[in-house]
Amino acid sequence: MDAQTIIARRVAQELHTGDLVNLGIGIPTLAANYVPPDLKVFFQSENGLIGTGPIPEQGMAHPLLTDAGGRPISALPGASIFDSAMSFGLIRGGHVDVTVLGGLQVDAQGHLANWMIPGKMVPGMGGAMDLVGGAKRVIVAMQHAAKGKSKIVAKCALPLTSTRPVNLVVTEMAVIAFPEGIATLLETAPGVSIGEVLAVTEAELDIPDTVREMKI
Amino acid sequence: MRAVSVEEAVAMIPAGASIMVGGFMGVGTPKRLLDEVVRQQKAGLSIISNDAAVPGKGVGRLFDAALVSRLTASHIGLNPKAQQQMLANQIVVDLIPQGTLVERIRAGGCGLGGVLTPTGVGTSVAEGKRQIEVDGTPFLLETALRAQFALVHAFLADYLGNLSYALTARNFNPIMAMAADTVIVTAEHIVPVGVIAPDHVVTPAPLVDYLITNG
Repeated sequence: MDAQTIIARRVAQELHTGDLVNLGIGIPTLAANYVPPDLKVFFQSENGLIGTGPIPEQGMAHPLLTDAGGRPISALPGASIFDSAMSFGLIRGGHVDVTVLGGLQVDAQGHLANWMIPGKMVPGMGGAMDLVGGAKRVIVAMQHAAKGKSKIVAKCALPLTSTRPVNLVVTEMAVIAFPEGIATLLETAPGVSIGEVLAVTEAELDIPDTVREMKI
Repeated sequence: MRAVSVEEAVAMIPAGASIMVGGFMGVGTPKRLLDEVVRQQKAGLSIISNDAAVPGKGVGRLFDAALVSRLTASHIGLNPKAQQQMLANQIVVDLIPQGTLVERIRAGGCGLGGVLTPTGVGTSVAEGKRQIEVDGTPFLLETALRAQFALVHAFLADYLGNLSYALTARNFNPIMAMAADTVIVTAEHIVPVGVIAPDHVVTPAPLVDYLITNG
């Protein structure tokens, strides 16, 4: 199983019936593919839709119905449409139960940096700052390391997305939470030892007595 | 409301104008108006838009033609040309959290001086802004945004200028339609008065100054 699939499958387990969920572009979007069909989750697309459905079949795309990346999507029965002020009212106002975002760095206190690399890549924060500040639960779905460097760092060197710590980080190697602001290893991926996780993690991790294996 | 040709409408926009452009990644963007802005080479524009779209699409066309001098947006990451122009200091870019951007525009259209938002507190977004505590919670004072022109794309427009929108093409359009001195609208369909039921009108006719006639 490749890294993205492991992450997406594990993230999908964090979603529950009735949740209003916002998935960021990239790995987070893949999580929707692994939500069991009997689970009634409302997916929000911040460009103004609750009830996003799968990519339409060939030739069925509507030019006025896309996700936040501009790609064609469909809408499920029961979907609703609204403008951007309402969309971000939902987000900032605490109505979104779970947001799943990509990350560039997460630090030992759970702070996320995911919107720019000064002087190099300045895409802009889009909706990320509102989502991290406003959603009830914030999950970061990202690869554990990039170009051999840990993305889970002692302290974020990149500009922060929010001062609010995230709740959970899911990588292809581990699941990490931040109870009382302390990075804590909850789970390791199948075939990955605690030692292997620690070896590729810059941030200090608290290791509880029980570290489960990810069920994917 | 006055119905005008796209050439006539764009001729009213001076070079260097401030313009809000509806749409999200080019979806719900008034394409015919932007094509005409490019054809008439209106340079030095100050654009307020959610994003920079992609080259060749939506507001991306304005960066292809190098007509933008300032951009206020939440995201430009999918338009390499806008990124290059920013890093080369050809355009000044103000990056604003998306929820803050839309609320600043809403405030501008609703007669408010600004809004208090928790988004950005403690980050680089807070630099140079007033922080105000309300009941112990810190907020940033984000001032209202207005523009000389709003270019809006609707799904239906009736002969009076009442507008409704379709699917995710709504986005910033109805918010911007309240926040500019002059509002110019293109629509997928122009329909007789009454076709849009009063309950389904999103932007009431008195907000619309010009409706672009069918080519």
